[in-house]
Amino acid sequence: MKVPFIQFIDVTKSFGTQHVLKGLNLSIYKGEIIVIIGKSGTGKSVLLKHIIGLVQQDSGQILIKGEPLHQLPVEAVKSFQKELSYMFQDNALFDFMTIYDNIALPLVENSNFTKIQVKEKVLTRMKQMGLIGEEDKFPAQLSGGMRKRVALARAVVTDPKIVLFDEPTTGLDPVRKKNVHSMIKEYQEKFGFTAVIVSHDIPQIFNVAQRIAMLDDGVIKFEGSKRDILDSHSKILNAFIRGEDV
Amino acid sequence: MLIQSIEKFGEKILKLLESLGRIVLFFLIGVMNIFVLPFQFSKVIDHTWFIGTKSIFVIVLTGFFTGMVLGLQGYYSLIQVGSEAALGSAVSLTLVCELGPVFTAIMITARAGSAMAAEIGVMRISEQIDALKTMHINPVRFLFTPRIVAGVISFPLLTALFDVVGILGGFISGSIMLGINRYVYMDTVIKSVEINDINGGFYKAFAFSIIVTTICCYRGFYTHLYSGFGARGVSLSTTNAVVQSCVFIFIFDYIITFFLV
Repeated sequence: MKVPFIQFIDVTKSFGTQHVLKGLNLSIYKGEIIVIIGKSGTGKSVLLKHIIGLVQQDSGQILIKGEPLHQLPVEAVKSFQKELSYMFQDNALFDFMTIYDNIALPLVENSNFTKIQVKEKVLTRMKQMGLIGEEDKFPAQLSGGMRKRVALARAVVTDPKIVLFDEPTTGLDPVRKKNVHSMIKEYQEKFGFTAVIVSHDIPQIFNVAQRIAMLDDGVIKFEGSKRDILDSHSKILNAFIRGEDV
Repeated sequence: MLIQSIEKFGEKILKLLESLGRIVLFFLIGVMNIFVLPFQFSKVIDHTWFIGTKSIFVIVLTGFFTGMVLGLQGYYSLIQVGSEAALGSAVSLTLVCELGPVFTAIMITARAGSAMAAEIGVMRISEQIDALKTMHINPVRFLFTPRIVAGVISFPLLTALFDVVGILGGFISGSIMLGINRYVYMDTVIKSVEINDINGGFYKAFAFSIIVTTICCYRGFYTHLYSGFGARGVSLSTTNAVVQSCVFIFIFDYIITFFLV
């Protein structure tokens, strides 16, 4: 049986009196694109933050390649976290840095690359994202779509093995949305990373997803392929896809 | 009723201790990272420029007028007892031992400390600090360490500048405007200020640099814990940073003076 790369087992998380995750179970396999859908405020971003280590669960387990994350040696946790990259919903670009410096930051701070190597890597990503000529601008000088592309370039500049996308297309026009989706799919195929995408772009995101999971009321209510979704009789899922309240 | 009051009091004490522990840890992580390779020279230079160089104008201005006021007030107080010749001594010792380090620290808090708290606070609420963590960059090292080094470099230098300009201000109001012999003024300045007084002022400036940078960066860094999210959260943590820095400047001024005299 295939061992999941990341596995959530009965994970719960509360913030004060607000219970966000209520015994969540989810498996993420190596090299796949899994899309998490669900209403706003159901804990999709919190789920991603558990993977990257920004949030710790109250109970339950998160397994990495079958091993409980909290039982792994510090070095193994660090090495796992170095394989991860995160694209924030609001981009989280550094306002005081130029576009070039924003993209170069993870390389400059963490690697032994020379300045020339960093420049080469950053410019390659900028070229791929259509950002050439914007190097010396600051994030505030760019449009929302361009900022998204900068955030995406920063997320993949370190060649991560797992990329977590938190609503990567929020605030983009349909054309840009399509471009970002194609970009994610193209890069995933090219570099083979595991992509976990939180998205509301239904049904467009289904063209990118290999597997879809629906989070509702703190648990995964549905998990399956695009075909499974279309065949599903789940009331909650169908209502959500149609944009109706249950 | 009594038990509830005791519980509330205990809760407050626990929260206070928790905050104290957190700030000490924040400070220690920041200081330890000064010695971790690679050194952050360019960031230290950037922050020294911001905290130090960009504060020169305001320090010169406040130092000059503080000296002028001291000269003016000192003259009218000393002339009543026929000791106006001691004006140079009064102005210089007051500045070097007390007002120089304290006023400099307060002015830097108002100008650079508030900016530090606000900038880091905005970074917190816009998830930029979380972004640093996801890039495996230690946010305390990245944001606080260069600032504390820049503070330790800038505060003593700006204090020295404040002292010199203040003494000059006292000279202008006391000698040029009120007629005290300029040689007497300068002579009393030179004779009354000893190296221990200057060192004492520098010890204070050093302590204040640590207090101001730590409190301001800490308040910004933990905006979400104390002041909440959003613009109001940032404004609250900025206000708290400035108020707490000023309060601790005065408290530590007394403590250091107590051990110095």
